[in-house]
Amino acid sequence: MEIGSITIKKSYDKKIGTEVLFKKTLIIIALIMVVLVLGIMLTLIVQSIPSMKSLGIKYLWGKTWDPVNNVYGAYPFLLGTLLTSFIALIISIPFSFAIAIYLGEYNPKGWLSNLLKNLVELIAAVPSVIYGFWGLLVLVPLVRTFEVKFNILPYGIGIFTSSIILAIMIIPYAASMGRELIKMVPANLKEGAYSLGATRYEVIKSVILPYTKSGLFAGVLLSLGRALGETMAVTMVIGNTTVIPTNIFAPGNTMASVIANEFTEADHTLYLSALIELGLFLFCVTVMINVVGKGLISRFTNK
Amino acid sequence: MNANVNFRVVKSKILQGVIIFFAFLVTVPLIAIIIYIFKKGISKINWTFLTHVPKPVGEIGGGIANALLGSMLIVLVASIIAIPIGIFCGIYLSENKGGKLSYWSRLAVDVLQGVPSIVIGIVVYFWIVKPIGTFSAISGSIALAIMMLPIIIRTTEETLKLLPNSLKEAAIALAIPYHRVILKVILPCGISGILSGIILSIARIAGETAPLLFTAFGNPYLNTNMSKPMQSLPLLIFNYATSPYDDWHDLAWGAALILLFTVLLLNVITKLTTKKWNVQL
Repeated sequence: MEIGSITIKKSYDKKIGTEVLFKKTLIIIALIMVVLVLGIMLTLIVQSIPSMKSLGIKYLWGKTWDPVNNVYGAYPFLLGTLLTSFIALIISIPFSFAIAIYLGEYNPKGWLSNLLKNLVELIAAVPSVIYGFWGLLVLVPLVRTFEVKFNILPYGIGIFTSSIILAIMIIPYAASMGRELIKMVPANLKEGAYSLGATRYEVIKSVILPYTKSGLFAGVLLSLGRALGETMAVTMVIGNTTVIPTNIFAPGNTMASVIANEFTEADHTLYLSALIELGLFLFCVTVMINVVGKGLISRFTNK
Repeated sequence: MNANVNFRVVKSKILQGVIIFFAFLVTVPLIAIIIYIFKKGISKINWTFLTHVPKPVGEIGGGIANALLGSMLIVLVASIIAIPIGIFCGIYLSENKGGKLSYWSRLAVDVLQGVPSIVIGIVVYFWIVKPIGTFSAISGSIALAIMMLPIIIRTTEETLKLLPNSLKEAAIALAIPYHRVILKVILPCGISGILSGIILSIARIAGETAPLLFTAFGNPYLNTNMSKPMQSLPLLIFNYATSPYDDWHDLAWGAALILLFTVLLLNVITKLTTKKWNVQL
């Protein structure tokens, strides 16, 4: 009897032991995620200290980037990133809102809307290097003929071409977010408007869009986050020059693409550190945009 | 009065037309890209293409065997690293909905999802490549694994949240220890949702180039050693597409076709498996 109860107790203890071990493993792994993100942040900060120390805040609006003479200014890349992202955003918004309204309101069910929904999601699935390759060999010549016609210097590559590629790439993010939100508009609000004699256009304009306003804005923010950090497709078609772009058809460079191009060539500490400071800046901006965007959306879905 | 109503109805119809036009116009570039790459790539793919390494410029023939093998190895190792961590973190988040650690952990996952891939490349360069002193395939795998984590964690969490609580309560009532409840009851029930998350994450990283630039780096020769630089499909496409040689463009088109169809296929598989779960990915 006694021996029996001891073995039972032993196996019981063992079970408890594994259970505790299992719970601890889960906690450690959850901690790893936090540590990972803090680690990324710290690494970026530590590695960009040399550049922060010697270049200071002036770095951000320095207009020349000349690694040979050790002069670093991030302004051309900041401008390039802002230009490409915002032009891409402006091009993409009509399309993504159209998809969101069509799939959320006009045609939420059925094979046609399913097909469109899946195709739009596949747009996000195509690797960016393939967009870049296609852009380089198809879109660039197209833009060049267009530029010849309108008497602009026919680079082909440049800010405008990158913006078009970026616009295609970011459409799915705002579109799928918008579709979900527009579907969530309460039916009684829409029915109320219809019963007052509103047309479909008026329902969309004065019920659906105001109701989903903050959520749609969040979707656009998330697209912007994507556009800012996108590297490969932009690198392949933007032209990679450190000269400040004079117009939107000129070649330029973005923060992400200058890192991609010059990181492995950076042969002294300050050069490398200046590039990493760009990375740190990119990291901070995209993190802020993402956290704000996600916050807006979760506030919207919980109301 | 009547004219006014007519005007409003016509305006509404016009808007509907414009919206439908814009919505379907979006699919044009996607279809154009798929058709163009198919047309350019299909003629390049043959047995030699799949089994030989690239030849120097000027010589005819050569293939992308090094990139195919490299991509597979890098993605495989990335999956081995990311899948267990991702699933366990997902379990933790779905089991502990409140609490400080899950709040911070969830925030970390959100942040990680938004980090540009090039930044992850930089960080892994300083974590692995610089201390070791050489570019290596394993550092590429680690960079890709970091990018897989948020997707796997999110899908695991969302799938497990959908399971009825009674399932877990019944198992606990039978005095089954907690870890067996999770591993033998909860996980098997949600496995198809979790699997589709894993496939989706593989589809996302298979085409990633930016984090590999400073980690796996690329290699014109066949290599199976994870501690040495290794070629991968996206790296090969990037390097050869931006080169001025037509022979190399041909290789890049073939590689782009293989990569594109692998990624699209993985996405379609995910779509088919998530239908059952209705998980928001």
